[in-house]
This record gives sequence, C-alpha cells and structure tokens, in this order.
Amino acid sequence: MQKDFRLEWRQRAALNGMLLYVSSTVFVCYLSFSSRGGQLPAPAWNALFWIVLLFSAVNAVAKGFLQESRGRMLYYYTVVRPQAVILAKIAYNALLLLGLALVAFGLYAVVLGNPVQDVPLFVGTVLLGAVGFASTLTLVSGIAAKATNSSTLMAVLGFPLMVPMLLLLIKVSKNALDGLEFEASRSSLLTLVALNMIVGAVSYLLFPFLWRS
Amino acid sequence: MKNWWKALSVVLLLYVAVAGMLLPVPRLAILNETIRNLYFHVPMWFGMTFILVASVYYSVRYLRTPTPELDIRAHEAARTGILMGFVGLATGSIWAKFTWGAWWTNDPKLNGAAIAMLIYGAYLVLRSSFTDEQQRARVSAIYNIFAFATAMPLFYILPRLTDSLHPGAGGNPAFAKYDLDSNMRLVFYPAVIGWTLLAFWLAQLASRVSLLKLKVYEKQIA
Repeated sequence: MQKDFRLEWRQRAALNGMLLYVSSTVFVCYLSFSSRGGQLPAPAWNALFWIVLLFSAVNAVAKGFLQESRGRMLYYYTVVRPQAVILAKIAYNALLLLGLALVAFGLYAVVLGNPVQDVPLFVGTVLLGAVGFASTLTLVSGIAAKATNSSTLMAVLGFPLMVPMLLLLIKVSKNALDGLEFEASRSSLLTLVALNMIVGAVSYLLFPFLWRS
Repeated sequence: MKNWWKALSVVLLLYVAVAGMLLPVPRLAILNETIRNLYFHVPMWFGMTFILVASVYYSVRYLRTPTPELDIRAHEAARTGILMGFVGLATGSIWAKFTWGAWWTNDPKLNGAAIAMLIYGAYLVLRSSFTDEQQRARVSAIYNIFAFATAMPLFYILPRLTDSLHPGAGGNPAFAKYDLDSNMRLVFYPAVIGWTLLAFWLAQLASRVSLLKLKVYEKQIA
C-alpha cells in the first residue's frame, strides 16, 4: 500500500496544475465580485468557497483513474490487492484535496476577506469534506473510467452523490463562520462522520468487483 | 393460488380508492380534505424504498453470481422505484399547491427527494453509456449499491436534522397525530401494502418483458 501511495505521488505534474486551477478559480471569483466593493456577505462567501472546492475536487479526482493506462492497471492487478489500491487512492485523493482546500482557503481569505470566526471548526469541516469528497469521487471516477463518455459521466454521477455531504458541510461551515458554539453543529458533524464512514465502507467493499472487469 | 399477492394488491388498492375518498377524516385546519393525500403520496415513498431495496438485493446477488437475469431484475426494480418516486413528487406537489400555495418550496425533504431522483437518473444515464453488456451490468450494479447508500440518508436522515414545513417535522401535523385517528389507520396501512405490492408487480412484469426480449434476441443471433 505504501508503494502504491508513492506511485501516485510520482505524478506530481498534475498537482501543480491543480494548484494553479484552484488559484485561478479563486481569483476569477475575486475579480467578478470586486465590482461590488470587495466584501461578500457571509452566506455567499461560504457558498462560493464550497463551489470552488467542489469543482476542483471533481477535476482533481477525475485524474485518478481516467489517466491511468491500461497496462499499468494490469500491473497493479497482479501485484497488489484491490482493497489496497482503493485505500491508497482514497488516502492520496483525501490528502490532495485537503492540500488544495487549505491553499484555496488561504488565497480566498487573502483576496475576499476572512469572515470565519471559528477557524478550528472551519478547518475541521474542510478536513471532513476532503475525506468525504475523496471517498465518493474515487469510486465514481473508477466507475466513469469504465464507460465511454467518462468526463461527462464523472460530473453526472458525482454531483448528486455529493449533495447530501455538501449540504451538511455548508451548514456546519456556516456555523463556523457565525462563530456559534460547538453544540449547535455537533449533530451535523456526527452525521457527516457517519456519512463518510458509510461511503468509505461501501467503496472498500465494491471496488474489488469493479477492479476485476 | 400462486398469484394471491397480485389479487391482494388489486383488492387493497380498490378498497383504498373507495374508502380513501369516502371514509370520514379528521377536520384539521388548512389540511381539510387534502389529508386524503396521505393514502396516495406517502405509500409511494414506502413502495419506492422497498422496491429500491429489492433492486440493491438483486445487484448484490449479481455481483456474487453474474447472470443476465439478475441484472435485468435489478434494473427494472430500480426503474419502478424511479417511477414511484416521480409519482410521489407529483402527488406531493399537487398537495403542496393546495395547502402551502406553491408547487415547490425550498424544503429539505422536497430537495432531498429531488436529488435522490437525480442520483437514480444518473443510474439510467450510466447504463446507457456502455456498449459491452457484461460490463454494463457489473458497473451499474456497483453504482446501484453505492447510490442506495448515499440516497437513503437524503430521505431518512438529513430532513430530520432540520426544521421542515413538511408534515412529520418541525411541529407540523404528523404521523403521530394521524395515528391517533384509527379511521385513517384503517385505510393507510392497506394503502402502503397495496402500493408496495403494485410496485413489485410492475417490476416483475417489466423484467419478464425484458427477459423475453433477451430470449428473442438470443434466438435471432443463434
């Protein structure tokens, strides 16, 4: 599994591309709202942030399977167990998304202002979001890679599946923005963790079947 | 009698149609006679859930032992579930027009149901984008299980976390209140059973048609 992780890490060229993608998206947001005098109302700030993350997540994770060559897949197949592959991919994607999200948050806070009042809770939400997006999208990209029109399918399959997670994430991060006490967002956070675990477990169980074909 | 459950479904639904319209219902403000929608709207979601569970069951069995028959059964069950979902949305929407005054409101339950329909719509899109039949069957079985695991929280967990205008949440008249009225229970439970059986019947008929088509196709090839 460690080796697999390292193999993923070697394709770092994609990482720089993603970093640039996120920064330009944030900057486009900044420029399009700068005519309003800079400051965004908190709900709009929050919504925009998650939309930026959503699109960069879909783009970043889509690379996971779509760019994999058939020969390499066959090679992995002979060397490691499928469970190791999916776990490594999820872990890698989660780390990647977390990195991207933190960069996005930093840039976003610099150019659009930082209305977050409870930063630890917000970062925790971003962490849960990264893990959740990674585990949902990794399996979806595996599914989409099998079909003919993969890039459209990636969006069609991925977006609705992520909505439940996104709704909870937006709710909790809005609480973090407003600086509500932890009690207000505890049940949503727990549900989020449970949802992540469900999605992760289902991916873990289903991937071997996907892998075989 | 082999087909007793089909007969039961017909009898129950006829009973629901007649009794649901004629039996007395509690007089509640605003709701008035629209409360009878309980017999038609709510059982749709019950039926949809049961038939989707059946679909997942067939998908799991397909992954264990791949046969075209199991794939067809899973597919037709999912399609029936989608149909039930759309009828559920439609009946809910008509009801909402008369009680809330709008066809659609920004409500967690409504949005959750709509998104779940999108998730299952993606299932149909996914199926149509394969040329190889075995691969289509395998991948859509995988997606079906995955979709079920993410769609069910939308129905049964998320709406309970937020206040909602929908009956059953946020202090609106709910099941518990209806349940006190044994007259309504007399129609509601048969309605749930009847619509669920109808859903299974529909799925069975659809899969039989598909299976026959498959057989004809194989004959033609041979």
